[in-house]
Amino acid sequence: MTRLNVLLLILVVACALGVVTSQHKARKLFVDLQYEKERAQQMDVEWGKLQLEQSTLVMPARVERLARQQLQMHLPTSDQMHLVRIDGSEAQP
Amino acid sequence: MNYATLPQTSSQLALPAWRSRALFVLLLLVMLALFVRAVYLQGIHNDFLQQKGDARYVRVIEVPAHRGMITDRNGEPLAISTPVESVWASPADVEIDLRQLMNLARVLGMSPEALRDKLQTRRDFVYLKRQLPPEQARKVAALGIPGVSLQREYRRYYPAGEVTSHLLGFTDVDDNGREGIELALQAKLGGKPGSQRVIKDRRGHVVEDVASLRAPKEGGDVALSIDSKLQFLAFREIKQAVIEHKAKSGSIVVLDAKNGEVLALANWPTYNPNNRAGASLGAIRNRAVTDLFEPGSTMKAFAAAAALEEGKYKPDTRIDTGDGKLTINGRTIHDTHPDGVMTVSQVIQKSSNVGAAKMALSLTPQTFWGHLSGSGFGMHTGSGFPGEATGILRNFQTWRPIEQATMSYGNGISVSLLQLARAYTVFANDGVLKPISMLRQVGHPAGEPVYSLRTAREVRDMLELVVKPGGTAPLAQIRGYRVAGKTGTAHKLQNGRYVDEYVASFVGMAPASDPRLIVAVMVDEPSGAEYYGGLVAAPVFNNVMSASLRALDVPYDAPLNNVLQSAPLVEEET
Repeated sequence: MTRLNVLLLILVVACALGVVTSQHKARKLFVDLQYEKERAQQMDVEWGKLQLEQSTLVMPARVERLARQQLQMHLPTSDQMHLVRIDGSEAQP
Repeated sequence: MNYATLPQTSSQLALPAWRSRALFVLLLLVMLALFVRAVYLQGIHNDFLQQKGDARYVRVIEVPAHRGMITDRNGEPLAISTPVESVWASPADVEIDLRQLMNLARVLGMSPEALRDKLQTRRDFVYLKRQLPPEQARKVAALGIPGVSLQREYRRYYPAGEVTSHLLGFTDVDDNGREGIELALQAKLGGKPGSQRVIKDRRGHVVEDVASLRAPKEGGDVALSIDSKLQFLAFREIKQAVIEHKAKSGSIVVLDAKNGEVLALANWPTYNPNNRAGASLGAIRNRAVTDLFEPGSTMKAFAAAAALEEGKYKPDTRIDTGDGKLTINGRTIHDTHPDGVMTVSQVIQKSSNVGAAKMALSLTPQTFWGHLSGSGFGMHTGSGFPGEATGILRNFQTWRPIEQATMSYGNGISVSLLQLARAYTVFANDGVLKPISMLRQVGHPAGEPVYSLRTAREVRDMLELVVKPGGTAPLAQIRGYRVAGKTGTAHKLQNGRYVDEYVASFVGMAPASDPRLIVAVMVDEPSGAEYYGGLVAAPVFNNVMSASLRALDVPYDAPLNNVLQSAPLVEEET
């Protein structure tokens, strides 16, 4: 009888310690999870910023300005264009 | 010594039995009391206590959901929500010294006095500053002032700025759509924030997730039918035209002729949607959709189509326009350039009011009304744009003959530019009217057949003559492509009278052999030297159309030497 009681007591204490440890582990993991979530959010912010930056950089207005001013490009005039037909012969301009 | 006292001493040592019993009972009672208390607390009073406990560390926090992205047809982002932080305080909890106050005010970019005023309010919750960029918000957090906290919110950015402002509209500070597409598609774009029950420690950190009460619903992305390249071109050209001709405003619409998709839609004046401060109501209005104007001669194509469809006329039927005057019920219709007898094709090419009026008068009011209404006048276009104007096409039962005559050249009828552009889909699609769509379409939507294939092709051929020498818009010719279109130069109606202010317009399609695009241009009150549609609006059409056809790799349908500028353009009014 006494021996059974002692055994049960030991079991109870062990379980109690187990609960404490797992609770502690759960808290720790939760903190990690929160940290990763925070990181994910920061990356989300970054992603949004990069998307914005990219779309600002490829704005037609900007591309055109750079092409005209920095690269000295212009639309071809009619005498600079040659139309090639599918059969390979050059069309009359 | 009196030994008789000894037994007494020993009796004092031997404690009476009742005392231990009394103590035992006492302890038992205490135990019982504790037990009863425990039962009371754990059982009977549990709910209340649990509630009180939860109130101290369980919090329901909001999980923000972001608004969906708006992209153009190729996936280029046109409106993006990025997270920002709002700084708020519960004034009662704020402990702040003067130095910290100055620091906080500096980081927030506001005056220390204004900040102190905000902190001295009696409310429990006050926003100090909304929508700070994340870096700035981090500085606020680094100050570590008790009672001052951050809240995540989303702010809308429009990378294309003023180019797409009328189209997209804008959102309010809570990220709800207020204008344009943002409002029209609010249900799809808007996210629904979720909520979550968590346990927080004393310092406010979340230490445990208890339950998710409501999952956040992220907003959906929307792909518009807009092509950013074409949108930019259209915007640039209409802006330049309005400035060059000192006009009040201008609008332009580019449609896909096959399926009614809006590829570009722009107005000038406009505003910067990323910073609306100081934008006037006039600049915010999406004129191409919400404003009505009398279209003038661009309506003549419909008068001709109706007359051809009813078999009253053929393209080569000769109409005597006489000396360019036609009097109906005491009111006279004038032609700017009287040209005697001309064919129906020439009436369109030279934009004769008398010719158009005669064609309209050959029909009953009901028939003419039926054709105009069938072409979408006086009706919604199906774009779903908020505040879209339906235009004014009065009931045929109230028409007088003079009104029926003037309507043939676009007086006495009001349209929006989008509506006018849509109406021209009947000529581009062999007689079928297509619904307008702001969203990218899969396949071709079925339209409403309005005219026979034959009528539509005949009118399209007439519209090609308009841009040829001898027509009203040789400036609309494009190298390598056949163009069909119609000019309009309408007197404006002010207080019921026509005044010498004009609306110059041009609606056209190309390539005319199998139209891919429809471009409609409208310039309101050009007050420079020129005001004819053929001089003000046609060049805008030309620039936008030629660049768009090139951008879309549309094959040529004409020899490259098709542009002839020899003859001066025929001037027209209305």
